[in-house]
Amino acid sequence: MFRVYLFCIVALSGFALTGVPASRAAEEPIDPWPGLVQDIFNNLPMNDGGDVISIEMPYRAEDAAIVPVTLRSRLAPDDSRRVRTITLVIDQNPAPMAAKFEIGPDTRVSEISTRVRVNSYTNVHAVAELSDGKLYVVKTYVKASGGCSAPAVKNVEEARNRIGQMKYRQFSRGDQGPTSGAREAQIMIGHPNNSGLQMDQITHLYIPAFFIDEVHLWLDNSPVLSMEGGISISEDPNIRFTYISNGAKTFRAEAKDTSGHVFQKEWQVDDSGT
Amino acid sequence: MERSGQRVSDRLALAVLLASLFTSPLANAQQPQLSVTEIAPGLFVHIGAIALMTLENEGAIANVGFVVGNDAVAVIDTGGSVREGRELLAAIRARTDKPIRYVINTHGHPDHVFGNAAFIGDETAFVGHKNLPQALAARGPFYLDAFRKIMGDGLIDEVRIIAPTLLVEGSLTLDLGGRRLVLQAWPAAHSDSDLTVLDETTKILFAGDLVFLDHIPVVDGSIRGWLRMMDDLSKQPAERVVPGHGPVSQWPTALADERRYLETLAADVRNLIKRGAPIGVAADTAAASERSRWQLFDDYNARNATAAFSEIEWE
Repeated sequence: MFRVYLFCIVALSGFALTGVPASRAAEEPIDPWPGLVQDIFNNLPMNDGGDVISIEMPYRAEDAAIVPVTLRSRLAPDDSRRVRTITLVIDQNPAPMAAKFEIGPDTRVSEISTRVRVNSYTNVHAVAELSDGKLYVVKTYVKASGGCSAPAVKNVEEARNRIGQMKYRQFSRGDQGPTSGAREAQIMIGHPNNSGLQMDQITHLYIPAFFIDEVHLWLDNSPVLSMEGGISISEDPNIRFTYISNGAKTFRAEAKDTSGHVFQKEWQVDDSGT
Repeated sequence: MERSGQRVSDRLALAVLLASLFTSPLANAQQPQLSVTEIAPGLFVHIGAIALMTLENEGAIANVGFVVGNDAVAVIDTGGSVREGRELLAAIRARTDKPIRYVINTHGHPDHVFGNAAFIGDETAFVGHKNLPQALAARGPFYLDAFRKIMGDGLIDEVRIIAPTLLVEGSLTLDLGGRRLVLQAWPAAHSDSDLTVLDETTKILFAGDLVFLDHIPVVDGSIRGWLRMMDDLSKQPAERVVPGHGPVSQWPTALADERRYLETLAADVRNLIKRGAPIGVAADTAAASERSRWQLFDDYNARNATAAFSEIEWE
């Protein structure tokens, strides 16, 4: 409940910050970041995160509804600190706080990829919280898509049919060598992730928000990764990540949406890592 | 006194200028007309520029047209700005004074619906796919914001997102008086609200963006759905097609280029997924063999590949 509340507050404050007419915003851009640091991070000091994490996105959001983003840890293997959480903020979106990833203590997740909606020309910030308790920030800039691309569901019927379906996949990481223990996996969750910011043109009622707000992933009983998500995560939330195997035999996923649905599934982990 | 008299006349001049700006297009002889061609008796088409919507082209990038029956007129798509819509209206009024009973939107993209406001009137029903109201609700406000930045306040301020009130599920026949238009609503393909309009009299099919020629096809619904429905689409009993973008062409041979592109894109994406490539790699490489065959390839191919990837990975 608290999390939903948090996202609503962030969504509303984002609206207030970006609610100026777009033409005026284009002439006098207002940087929403200081306000977001206050709203999301309680004004905690932000340290330069260039040596801690990296964020990778295409310079142009080709499809406003599906913009890939990759977050990587840049900490050396012998660094005594570890990444506890990474928060992804899309400054100009109606709900800027896209996701907060929490990384399990035992599995050393080194890379996370997901897909987000990008409404406008925007800075995107990634804020890592390390085990030393400090926050480290990096940012990138994304140009909005052109043409008829919109940050909306493409095929409403299909999205509805897919609600709650889950797919898990493992990838080989040949580049890291078979003995490195590095594994790459992906979890896909069928869900329209509706923003609720849309007015029905006939009834003039707002379509209620309906999105995945929590994802938890485990290897056997160790938490690997969890995500608190908002409406800036693309439809059919998709998380691909690299981790160091702890020899677990099962992979388990649980997702919850804002209507209280819980989706769960478990898979066998392929020992070969492929 | 002379000065204030001068001021009054200045104000009068301004008032006249403003009045001329805001008078209805019907009363204004200066209203420019959209160039249209009568490609068959009573069936007129404007071929849009193969370009992105800009301030300079006033959003006039899609093909739009109208069909005149004995009693009434139907408009098929209204263009990418109210200015273009008004020019289309002027082109209609230069040829007929019959009432415009129907404005049919082939789907919800801005280059096809932003001119709708030019046609608001008691005698006119807006017609669309049953999914179109929802598509416009989800996308309309975003489109207004995005295109305001590109095309400016002057063109976008007057745009209204107008949802259809006459909805098509399956097929629907409209009678213009001795002339029947057969509308067909399709499953998700180019978008999830695609509608075609067949003029039975001349066997001309307005295909909307289910058919692209020269302009790279744009996937904003379902690439698999598009490929699945193409055989059924090709059976529409037409002789010629007005595509959403590109020249009027023979039917159904006009589908060949688009089918090849979509099949290539789907095959490339499927292969990348099988190999475990991430989505960004698909954006950079899929359907690269098609680059020289299409205009606006670099504007849309990466986006098509991204959309195709996120769909096909669920197979």
